[in-house]
Amino acid sequence: MLTKRIIACLDVHAGRVVKGVQFVDLVDAGDPAALAARHAQEGADEIVLLDITATHEGRKTLLDTVQRTARELFVPFTVGGGIRTASDAEQVFEAGADKVSINSAALANPSLIESIGRSFGAQAVVVAIDARRDPAAADPVRNAQVFVQGGRKPSGRRVVEWAREAEARGAGEILLTSMDSDGTRNGFDCELTAAVSESVSIPVIASGGAGTVAHFADVFARGKADAALAASIFHFGVSSARSLKQELAASGVPVRLPC
Amino acid sequence: MRVTVIDYKAGNLTSVVKALRHLGADVEVTDHDLSMIGSAERLVLPGVGHFSATRLLDATGMTSAIRAAVDRAVPFLGICVGMQWLYAGSTEAPECLGLSHFSGSCERFRECGQKVPHVGWNAITPRIGSRLLAGVAAGEHVYFTHSYRAPISADTCAVTNYIDDFAAAVERDNVMGVQFHPEKSSATGLRILRNFLDWTPNGEAC
Repeated sequence: MLTKRIIACLDVHAGRVVKGVQFVDLVDAGDPAALAARHAQEGADEIVLLDITATHEGRKTLLDTVQRTARELFVPFTVGGGIRTASDAEQVFEAGADKVSINSAALANPSLIESIGRSFGAQAVVVAIDARRDPAAADPVRNAQVFVQGGRKPSGRRVVEWAREAEARGAGEILLTSMDSDGTRNGFDCELTAAVSESVSIPVIASGGAGTVAHFADVFARGKADAALAASIFHFGVSSARSLKQELAASGVPVRLPC
Repeated sequence: MRVTVIDYKAGNLTSVVKALRHLGADVEVTDHDLSMIGSAERLVLPGVGHFSATRLLDATGMTSAIRAAVDRAVPFLGICVGMQWLYAGSTEAPECLGLSHFSGSCERFRECGQKVPHVGWNAITPRIGSRLLAGVAAGEHVYFTHSYRAPISADTCAVTNYIDDFAAAVERDNVMGVQFHPEKSSATGLRILRNFLDWTPNGEAC
């Protein structure tokens, strides 16, 4: 049976993993390569590395970090942050990423999805969507607003129609972050995740709000998520991927248990 | 040992090369050099993306060189689209012919409301006696990402179920293929690549 994936996300700034609330009060959480290896060892199904500052000056640091992290990593490895062109993506693939995650650049230039997919295959293109429910809309969930620039600016797009366009243009997966839930540890936005997952045929990765094992079980069942991503709950040993998966397996969720 | 990886511009080879090197292989990559294929000790044909990429193998003459290598018992491993190419072809690109080393053609997963592509970790059931999958237990998980799959036949050496049963791996003499990505399948995947690197025609360890 196809298992539900647990994805560990590393937010990276200047070559270090950091964790903060709303990008402020950043706390150093360690070395990306060491943390990625530890998460993979503990049973994380995938590693996502996001360059949260993505400055031009930081580009070389990012590529060095990707290369170092990828060296001993034998699970799928996604890199995002500041990838604006097919040639940016190519550099990240050459450094050892299996997939790239694109967000603001895909909204600004949707044909970027096609151009990366043409050279590296659809499976290598993850379109990340940051969305917030729109209470003013007739359907606040399906019409959740899509934001760009790290959640700072509304794009004018609505979540379901943008996810469908991304799929039609050849995205391999959708990484959906609920801005309402992000950082709260109160659970994923299951309604938002289900609305997107049921509208596309490609896998949807739920992100934002992970706090307990029950939250993961919930987003797989009610949220129809194919995978779920979390960052902070892993970093400080609150929950390892291993204990999370053991508890999910015990509650009947199909997961790959680590050796 | 020396391994020649064939590049036909179907995606990124970095992970495959990295995993083979991690296991101690001396890896060389070619996208056109027929003499490298002619003198290869082991061949790996990776590939993700669209089956139509395989037309470069014909256009460069690499198909004939690969066929000759296979005939002289060079161990050969196809990964993902590289495995699909070992069959007659794929409905993804009907105009492109495969090697027809294994019988049957690859087809898209049946429409039934489940998601296609099949992406993620799924269990494999290896056939007893498979040399490629020696030491891999039934139920171990490997990483898949694909929309087309190969039919089950006498040469199938592992089966996976998604929508229907399909061939997760295939093996006959020196020619092997895996639909999943061993280079991304953690310890199980590395063991399978190790088995390929240790494979010799007479069945003895290197």
